[in-house]
Amino acid sequence: MFVAIRDLRHAKGRFALMGAVVTLITMLVVLLSGLTAGLARGNTSAITDLPADHLVFSAPAEGQKLAFTESSITPSVQQEWASVDGVVSADPVRIAMTRASGSGSGSGSGSGRSAAVAVFAVPAGSALAPRVGTDRVVLSSKAAASLEVAAGDQIELTGQLVTVEAVSGDDEFSHAPVIWAATENAPSSGLTPGNATVIALTTTGGADLAAADQALGTRTLTVAESLSGIGSYTSENGSLQLMRVLLFAISALVIGAFFTVWTVQRSGEIAILKAVGASTGYLLKDALGQALALLAIGTALGTAAASAIGAAIRAFAGTAVPFVLALPTLLFPSAVMILLGLVGAAVSLRTVTSVDPLTALGSAR
Amino acid sequence: MTLHIDDVTLTYPDGEQRLTALDHVSLTAEPGTLTAIVGPSGSGKSSLLAVAATLITPDSGRVLLNGRDLAQLSRTETAKARREGIGIVFQTSNLLASLTALDQLLVIAHIAGRDIDAARIQAMDLLGAVGLVPQADKRPSQLSGGQRQRVTIARGLMNQPSLLLVDEPTSALDRHRGEAVLDLLRELTTDRNLTTVMVTHDHEHLATADAVIELTDGRIATLADGDAVEPGVVAIASTR
Ligand SMILES: Nc1ncnc2c1ncn2[C@@H]1O[C@H](COP(=O)(O)OP(=O)(O)OP(=O)(O)O)[C@@H](O)[C@H]1O
Ligand SMILES: [Mg+2]
Repeated sequence: MFVAIRDLRHAKGRFALMGAVVTLITMLVVLLSGLTAGLARGNTSAITDLPADHLVFSAPAEGQKLAFTESSITPSVQQEWASVDGVVSADPVRIAMTRASGSGSGSGSGSGRSAAVAVFAVPAGSALAPRVGTDRVVLSSKAAASLEVAAGDQIELTGQLVTVEAVSGDDEFSHAPVIWAATENAPSSGLTPGNATVIALTTTGGADLAAADQALGTRTLTVAESLSGIGSYTSENGSLQLMRVLLFAISALVIGAFFTVWTVQRSGEIAILKAVGASTGYLLKDALGQALALLAIGTALGTAAASAIGAAIRAFAGTAVPFVLALPTLLFPSAVMILLGLVGAAVSLRTVTSVDPLTALGSAR
Repeated sequence: MTLHIDDVTLTYPDGEQRLTALDHVSLTAEPGTLTAIVGPSGSGKSSLLAVAATLITPDSGRVLLNGRDLAQLSRTETAKARREGIGIVFQTSNLLASLTALDQLLVIAHIAGRDIDAARIQAMDLLGAVGLVPQADKRPSQLSGGQRQRVTIARGLMNQPSLLLVDEPTSALDRHRGEAVLDLLRELTTDRNLTTVMVTHDHEHLATADAVIELTDGRIATLADGDAVEPGVVAIASTR
């Protein structure tokens, strides 16, 4: 790194420009990652937070994709799943999107607020939501906030008045805050009464889920796999991931182009170093070290700036902006940036290896 | 180390044909001697140095350094040979733009994996020998042409070579500096038992040389063997 460091210092302007590009792209990628994770949470947290390892869906019809909106499991299948070998617990959940309104508190003054919510209905006493009972619901904090109600208040859920037993958790499903309710209070729309949307399973390793699926006409997925059954999640996530991949590709290309031009420009100096005995390994280490230094500084600044912006979003917009500021959403994009940047810079290494030290004799500088 | 160039022929691609830069050239240079190479422009002087410096592999012939044939070495091995035993002073001062005069010398030590702090003393000594201590922290763009050339000479000595190849070291220097540089080369050659081969245009330099070789069109026109030859004789011989 003897020459690399001195080059960085000497050609400050050029490297600062390139560093700024790396910084900005990193910032974009990190912000986009935070937003992607935030949106994903808003779509899926109610599912990922379920105390389960697998979800059972009804098998989709030929040529149809598996979806929460299409799945319907009859009570008999629900019961049979509970007795499958290796299944520790099988808790049916009936999911429905509907509207709820804060229709009045104990004092009788209704907030009148209404909001779109995701109702997760379970049999009273279900392990998934133990505090739920007939006419007693549990609201996620966001549901409580948008309906402007608190524990003890009443809300109207599909024509029925129910009491808010508790406000707990911040689960969301398909961008709607979750209300846990008893099956009797579930919206009757859509599913046949008594049917569940999915069964949340906890299993031991030995469970033969495929055989049970075959026998019962169901399709069992891990919780992570089941997220693809949330339509709004797959479409959003797909386009956001595509943007991220494009940004990564752009950064690799830009960095590759920069280092290629830079290396060609200093091929005369590379020839001199070779002529005085520098091995190719020495020169490659020098060149890659330079790229790594530039990338490390650029991504560090970009990540710092993005987390500052993320923290500001948190402070001023609260939960209104779906944005997750966590170590994985910060470090993963930075690591990928550095890695792809190095891949880009590696393209220029071909020039380093191909320079003929003989040219050092002729070139004047 | 004895340099022994044995029947070397070197051609460069020249359109469809090949241009013969060296045509069956042989010479021997012993440790502690200064060999001068003279000849008109384009006669192959720099090419001969490039062959001796392992920077180019000849079409045929052998380049023996202490009995080892450099023409048979791989790229990695020639780099090692240059790093460890060969000092090269280019015809045009070939310096790295981002390095100070001192760093131009230190990078040689760094390439060889030597301790930089220990090398600093040696580098300052060499800069002192070429009269450049005040310019140690200057970059090439801040140095005059002659100063750059002197840095190049000091750099060529930095790896404590046993074979020193110098291409017109005084072309950008005034008479006084030129003589000083020549005296330095002469002194180093004797003191450190260097095998020095120097290309020059300046016939006054021939007086200090132990042997003079004249190249014309890639062929050796006159081979004057050092010990027996008086400077005057060489001058006559080289002009024929
Ligand atoms: N890399 C090269 N490719 C093709 N031809 C070359 C190359 N280097 C030198 N030549 C040719 O080889 C011949 C010898 O060149 P060389 O540089 O050895 O001459 P020289 O004696 O050092 O000349 P000068 O005194 O001008 O430095 C010249 O005709 C030159 O044009
Ligand atoms: Mg020449």
